[in-house]
Order: sequence, then C-alpha cells, then structure tokens
Amino acid sequence: MFQYEFMTNAFAAAGIVAVVSGVSGYFLVMRGQTFAGHALSHIGFAGATGAGLIGLAPLWGLVGFTLAAGIAMGLLSERISNRDVAIGVVLALSLGFGLLFLHYYTSFATQATALLFGNVLAVDHATIATLAALGAVTLVALAAIMRPLIFASLQPELAEAKGVSLRFISTAFLGIVALAVSACAQIVGVLMVFTLMVGPAAAAQRVTCGLWAGLMLSAALALAEAWLGIVIAYHTDWPVSFCIAALSALCYFAALAMPHARPAHSH
Amino acid sequence: MNVIELDRATLQIGGRAVLKDVSFAIEPGEFIGVLGPNGAGKTTLMRAILGLLPPSAGRLTVFGHAPRCGDASIGYLPQLRTVLPDLRVRGLDYIASSMHGERWGLPSLSAANRAKIEATLDAVGARDLANRALSDMSGGERQRLLLAQALIGEPKLLLLDEPLISLDARHQEVVIDVIRQVCRERRITVLFSAHELNQLLGAIDRVLYLGNGQAVLGRVDDVVTAPVLSRLYGTEIEVLRAGGHIFVLSRGRDVERADHMHDHGHDHGHAH
Repeated sequence: MFQYEFMTNAFAAAGIVAVVSGVSGYFLVMRGQTFAGHALSHIGFAGATGAGLIGLAPLWGLVGFTLAAGIAMGLLSERISNRDVAIGVVLALSLGFGLLFLHYYTSFATQATALLFGNVLAVDHATIATLAALGAVTLVALAAIMRPLIFASLQPELAEAKGVSLRFISTAFLGIVALAVSACAQIVGVLMVFTLMVGPAAAAQRVTCGLWAGLMLSAALALAEAWLGIVIAYHTDWPVSFCIAALSALCYFAALAMPHARPAHSH
Repeated sequence: MNVIELDRATLQIGGRAVLKDVSFAIEPGEFIGVLGPNGAGKTTLMRAILGLLPPSAGRLTVFGHAPRCGDASIGYLPQLRTVLPDLRVRGLDYIASSMHGERWGLPSLSAANRAKIEATLDAVGARDLANRALSDMSGGERQRLLLAQALIGEPKLLLLDEPLISLDARHQEVVIDVIRQVCRERRITVLFSAHELNQLLGAIDRVLYLGNGQAVLGRVDDVVTAPVLSRLYGTEIEVLRAGGHIFVLSRGRDVERADHMHDHGHDHGHAH
C-alpha cells in the first residue's frame, strides 16, 4: 500500500496530527476542558466554511476562527471556559453559521463532508507542510509553558500565590489547543476531533498516573490508532475516520475496564 | 520581630471592606487558630499575607516587610476546591508540579527535589501517596499530601485554609496532630483556619477571631466570650463551657455547626 503516494501522504499527515493531538489532548483532559476543545472545532467549522465563501483556503478560516475563539475563551477564563451551557450554545451557533455559509456557497458543499468527517486520503504535500508547521508551533509553545501549565492545572490557588498568571496560562493553552484542533480536523474532521484529542489521552490517564509516562502513552496511542485506522480502512474500504474513531473508543473502554495499577492499600 | 503584623489595615474585595482598620501581631512559633463566620475574611486575610491582595489602607508586614508574591518562606494550603474528581495524577507529580512551577519550559524533577518530596511525605506519614493517583485518595489522604507540599522548602510560616473541611472527626484529629508536631519541631508559625474551635483547643496557642470587619487576637479564654463574639457576629451570642468543650450559641443554636452545614467549600467573602 505504500506504493501509492496518497497513502504515504496519509501516513505522514496522520502521524504529525496524532502526536500533536495526543500531547495537547493530555492537558485538555487533565484540565477537564475537553468540552471546550470540542466546541473549538465546531467554531472552526464556521470559520472554514466562511473562508470558502469569501474565497480563502478553508484551513486558514479554521485556524483563524479557532485561534480567536480559543483566546477569547481563555481571557474570559473562569467565567466561561468551564461552563457547559455557554459553550454548548456557542457550539450550536457555530454549526448554524457553518450551515448558513454553506447555504450561500453551494459549490463548496462537496467539501463540507471532508470538513465535518475528515479526508486524510486526499492530503497533498502542501497540506503536510502546513500541518508540520502547525504541529511544530503547537509543540514548541506547549513545551514553553508546560511547567506553569501543569502547576496551574493541578493547583490553581497555589500557582496564583506563587506568581503564575492563571489567565495568561489559560489563554495561551486554549490558543495552543485551537491550533491542535485545526490540525486534527484536517484528518478526522471537526465532528470527530475527540477521537484523537481526547480518547487516547483519557485512556492513557486511566492506565498510568505518572506524568511523562501518561504524556508519552497518550501520543503513542494516538499515533497507533491513526496509523492502524488507515491500514484497516485501506483493507476494508471503510472510511478512515470511522476506523480511527472505533479504535479510539476501543482503547478507551479497554482502559476503563482494566483494573488500574496501584499498590495494595486499604483506605 | 513579629511574623505577621497588621497596623490599622483594611482589606477590600470589590469595594467591600472585609476587614476594616484591623491591628494585631503574631509572634514566631505561634499556632494560631483562625475562626469566624463565613465571609468574615479568613481566606482574604491569607491571600493578603501571600501578597495577592494589598491592603487598601493601613499597613501589613510579613517578616518585617511588605508581603511578596511567591515568598518561599510561606507554605500555603489553599482550601480544597479545585481537585477534579478523576484527576489521575500521582502524588509525586502533583507535589513536583509546585516546585518552581512558575518557571517556563518543561517540567523536571531533580534527584535532590525528589528526595525533598519523599522526606516531607515521610514527615507527615504519607510516603505511600507518592505513587497513588489523586483520584484514588480519600479526603484525609489528599489533605496530608497538600500538607506535605506546604512544608517543602522549609517554610517559616504556614497558612492553612480550612484543612479540616470534608474530613471525618478521626481524620481531623490526625491532621491536627501531624501539623502541631511538625510545626513545633521546626518552629513554624501557623495560621490554621477552621469552622469549629473545639478540635483545635488542645493545639492552638492563641485564637484569631474574625467577624463584622473586625479581628480579635488573644487567648481562647479572653476572646471566646459572649461580649467579644456578640460584637464579631453582630448578634447576641452565648458561650457555654462544658466538659472541656466550648459551645458558641446564637438564640440556642450552635453557630459553628450551623455554619458548617451551609458551607461546603465556599467562603462567601472570597472573590477570585
């Protein structure tokens, strides 16, 4: 299957996105902000269709909208980013706008399925280069703020007392997540970013409670699910996003069912 | 030199004076119980001492100077509010996150810092928590973990904000004993806020009672009296002593217990 260029492209793109999703998703799960991540991808849908309407590449609409929304959510911080109802309303509104933009730009409709559910087999070299750049920015930014991010996520009151700006960390983090979501949506679509951003990270946190072990496992699981998903899709002709979603769910429920490792101890 | 000194200090949150024109001084090595109704300013006072809230009038000094944000000589145990129910992070990483957690870059844990964490966990009898996930710990175990963390870096002053909340009576006693023992050994000054006075009676040197914008610091026998508490609660208070216990009653109801029923984790006077 590697004799086809679209397959090697798919593996490269999915590989980049999986690692970025696994790593940034780990912190999303740790901070309990997975719903915010989900909402960002839906906002991205409105951005992508809107960009199509005015003749821009959908990817830039996606990046622009998610980034703006991520930063806005971070700045509003405690007032909105953990409130399910506010996020849910914005999420639905964004899908609505996406639909409106599609309505006025009908020739774009063929791309709508790709945006919603991903189309990794149609990735070209230019997209891979863009994904690599997005991924690099995401990982470097995450590495730069990782220490205060963990501190602020686990112990906000103490972090604040030690001089960490919770608002800055929250804003920077959601900005980073926005970039990761944009990259992830290219592979599995805006509706299914959970499969790579949340599934592997949540499974990893069930299996191990060590920080680095969890981070590495999360990235490794995402990578394995993405690549294996493409292989299964190649042999079965099922949609790639379905295969990845199925593997992600399988891993998560397997991790849930596993009696988690802890020394024998009575409370 | 006094560890904490307030001189006609006023602490304001959102335009409301939580403490007004308050003066008192706490000496080195004292174990102070901080009491008072909800919203009386217990958390606010601690945040001011940490340098997060400068007084709007008067003077507040900590170790002889204005409070500095991030002062390593102060250990802080915030009121438990934000521990996510399924936080699957082990105790060691949880504490490690607080060691120079304000620096940029990747987290790292040196052998020396690891040894420090293990030593403080030993000091509070919680060595086994290092490798267990926070989500698997009981309330008492989490408090011990937080206490161990507050003790790292050899603080000279410990601010403990409601460390007994959500603990059963047996665990409350254990936590108080551990804190008293460690702090006596290391001559650490302690501010310990709580809802109920009785568990603290054997441990504290003096009590700091807050209420109605005022603060009274003194020996339990001098402060926990009907006239003083009536002034702080702004209502008629009766104080009964029986069998080594003290009951603070308002119209026949035990105000401390009534408070405790309403308060599970929020201090109304506290704004983020």
